[in-house]
Amino acid sequence: MTGAATSPMNAPALLFLRRLFRRKLVLVAALVLLAIVVVALAAPWVSPFDPGAMRVVRRLRPPSPEHWLGTDELGRDVFSRVVYGARASLGIGFSVVLASCLVGTVFGILAGYERRLDGPIMRVVDALMALPDILLAIFLVAVLGASAGNVVLALAIVYTPRVVRVVRASTLVVRELPFVEAARALGVGTPRILAVHILLNVASPILIQATFIFAYAVLAEAGLSFLGAGVPPEIPTWGTMIASGQQYADRAFWTVLYPGLAIVLSALSLQILGDGLRDMLDPKLRKAV
Amino acid sequence: MTQALLAIEDLEVRFGTEDGEVAPVTGVDLRVAPGETVALVGESGSGKSVSSLAVMGLLPRPAGRVAKGRILYRTKAGETIDLAAAPPDRVRRLRGAEIAMIFQEPMTSLNPVLTAGEQIAESVRLHLRLDRRAALRRAQEMLDLVEIPAAAKRLHDYPHQMSGGMRQRVMIALAMACHPRLLIADEPTTALDVTIQAQILALIDRLRRETGMGVLFITHNLGVVAEVADRVAVMYAGRIVETGPVGDLFRHPRHPYTAGLLDSLPARATRGPDGRRHVRAIPGSLGRAAAIRDACAFSPRCERVREECRTTPPPLEAITPGRAARCLFWREM
Amino acid sequence: MSAERLGPASGDPILAVEGLTKRFGRPPAEVRAVEQVSFTVAPGEVVGLVGESGSGKSTIGRLCLRLVDPTGGTIRFEGEDVSGLPERRLKPLRRRAQMIFQDPYASLNPRLRVSGILGEALDAHGLARGRRRERMAELLDLVGLAPEHLDRFPHEFSGGQRQRIGIARALAVEPGLIVADEPVSALDVSVQAQVLNLLQDLRARLNLAMLFISHDLDVVELLCDRVVVLYLGRVMEIGPTAEVVARPRHPYTRALLAASPKADPDAPRIARLLTGDIPSPIAPPSGCVFRTRCPLAVESCAHAVPPMREAGDGHRFACLRDASEMREAA
Repeated sequence: MTGAATSPMNAPALLFLRRLFRRKLVLVAALVLLAIVVVALAAPWVSPFDPGAMRVVRRLRPPSPEHWLGTDELGRDVFSRVVYGARASLGIGFSVVLASCLVGTVFGILAGYERRLDGPIMRVVDALMALPDILLAIFLVAVLGASAGNVVLALAIVYTPRVVRVVRASTLVVRELPFVEAARALGVGTPRILAVHILLNVASPILIQATFIFAYAVLAEAGLSFLGAGVPPEIPTWGTMIASGQQYADRAFWTVLYPGLAIVLSALSLQILGDGLRDMLDPKLRKAV
Repeated sequence: MTQALLAIEDLEVRFGTEDGEVAPVTGVDLRVAPGETVALVGESGSGKSVSSLAVMGLLPRPAGRVAKGRILYRTKAGETIDLAAAPPDRVRRLRGAEIAMIFQEPMTSLNPVLTAGEQIAESVRLHLRLDRRAALRRAQEMLDLVEIPAAAKRLHDYPHQMSGGMRQRVMIALAMACHPRLLIADEPTTALDVTIQAQILALIDRLRRETGMGVLFITHNLGVVAEVADRVAVMYAGRIVETGPVGDLFRHPRHPYTAGLLDSLPARATRGPDGRRHVRAIPGSLGRAAAIRDACAFSPRCERVREECRTTPPPLEAITPGRAARCLFWREM
Repeated sequence: MSAERLGPASGDPILAVEGLTKRFGRPPAEVRAVEQVSFTVAPGEVVGLVGESGSGKSTIGRLCLRLVDPTGGTIRFEGEDVSGLPERRLKPLRRRAQMIFQDPYASLNPRLRVSGILGEALDAHGLARGRRRERMAELLDLVGLAPEHLDRFPHEFSGGQRQRIGIARALAVEPGLIVADEPVSALDVSVQAQVLNLLQDLRARLNLAMLFISHDLDVVELLCDRVVVLYLGRVMEIGPTAEVVARPRHPYTRALLAASPKADPDAPRIARLLTGDIPSPIAPPSGCVFRTRCPLAVESCAHAVPPMREAGDGHRFACLRDASEMREAA
């Protein structure tokens, strides 16, 4: 039924880039994200003020040529804080993704491949997933103590079960494929089967899951900080900015609007990118285009 | 020659893909008369399935479209309708009422939440305007017709409770419920075991004889073609390369591809000098042959290829009435 | 035992299966996939396993390679009983017995280049150290591909070429036995012919024994020296292929032969000898499993599993009656 629709043979990477450029929205999202990351990395050079410098006389000033996005209740420059906040927020998001994907992949593959481990692992996963994400995170931060490291740890614990589920489901499919059987027939050891045959073929669902977790983690960090169960307020993150600015929101909307926009923009581009990646990496959806 | 039930004329189907437009089917002419079984045979990528989807108006949208040609169908009322140009609504009403289809995997074509009886009854009520009770009675008759044992009981079975062969029978019952005049069967036995395949082929053939419907039978299996077809059209790279009555075509193929395909069959293997049996294989693979426009699309694989074949796209040349080949040198076959 | 007999003598089978049984799951939903199957494969011999769905032919192939653990029976490979060995002691079997698969797409890891696929086979047994690329090029040449194909990914090949890569992978360890699970049934006729010829060449050149699993009798007739006809996990008939095809003694074999379509417009059309469906392997019929569809069945068929009867020349069949009586019945 595929007719003669054979495409010219290309390196997979090239093909991927071409598909990316076909989807304008995904491309835009990727560029927005790239810009945010660049700004976060270049924060000391981009931001006009020290994000912690307080000048109480200039508190709650509206946006002006000097303070592009205005100042907050302690006279700190909102633009500089949003830029520095990107570091913390994205840094926390990235750390959460790294931790939850690493741990989740290991347990997911073990649960999917080794029948004996499936029951115990999945029981823990189900228990963790039965609790609402943010409640579990608040509880964990409350137990561990509020610090950036503990927020990462708490959120990693919250999101790891998602990765385990996705990886386990993919592993269950891949392990039944004949190339895995061929490797067994050749006497290839289980560690290599897991690393080469299973891991490489469940990589794209993990990648997609990672973009979603990144978006969730940025949002959840903001939520935790807003509720006071997150990063201490001295460290500028988008969440702590909204949390401290919210009492002045009626008089000085810019204290919450801009960090809020930053959250929406980065979370939205991540979600779009995640969706786009899923479509591009899924050959069945690809055909429908 | 009797009036054709279905006459495909110069059909071209185009698909939009990420790499631009392709034409998996070009210049296809095909006729099916009432009471006749025409087999459309080809390997994967030949365009046989795309052709049948075009006839049924089921090309995946928006990617696929009929770019050229006509698909003329003669209705019960005696009008001639171009299925490629008629309003989709009109085509939909004909499908199911006058034109029925069966597919390779009946599981995906049957609704998993309806029982066999409910599916047939629903279709009957829609097209024949019967009430519920009459429709169910008709459903049971249909299951009897397709030789399902204990039909009254089977009426209440769901698709997942049936074997593959049984599901295909239900599919056929569903197709036959509205007295179709044309049955399009797309690889209906490919997923079945041979002993079950034999049953289904016999069933389709019996229904054709009893109702006088025309059958367009799409398959890759030459053995099945020899068993069911009156006439055969062989497709390669989106074009019909040879047509003819089944006996003549199998005995005296006039296109090198048809000949090669028949020689590829394990049953026609010959003993080599090493004492072992070998098949005469066609070298190479289809590749991107459908994109070849200024030459014979089969020329890269043809043993008898000559210079002219690489510069002149051959026309489908009539040999005798009802017999044609798309080869410049068919006379030498 | 004589003193000079160190390895298996040339007349000994490379594979001998005795009373092989495999059941999946537990009662009441226990699937009797393979029941009391016995046969042998001599070195260099190609034995066909033929049957329809539920016949257990694929399971038997996997049991012989110990990819599935048997419930009962013995599997002797090159004289050693491998049926109970733990995985770590299966290295010799993994080196000497290989498998090729039906699906040319799913049988190659899409993320590995051809060099990675073949290299894994070599590395698993520490073969061709220091001359890996040379050896891989040799293997590709053996299956009709070129050395430059080594750096490509599976998706860059056609179905037939992928099947050749799968065959090269199996040959990498220089096996004595290959289990071929429907290796040509997913291929188009013209490509199928190429792969069949390749297998025919390889068996002669490498003195390969094969367990050739297929539902296509024409293919089996072409390639196999002997054939085992299976139905619902049991052996119905076994013997030299030419003999079984020419003079089938079991009614099932006869029906199977009659049902397979012939690409010959002069052959009688649509022979239909069997009615009804293949029964479920969860609740197979008592006695002879084929009796529910058998045109020759009599009452005694329900009481006991029919014993194997000799028809001469290694031709045996499990039927109380005889298919030669079937001509009148049909």
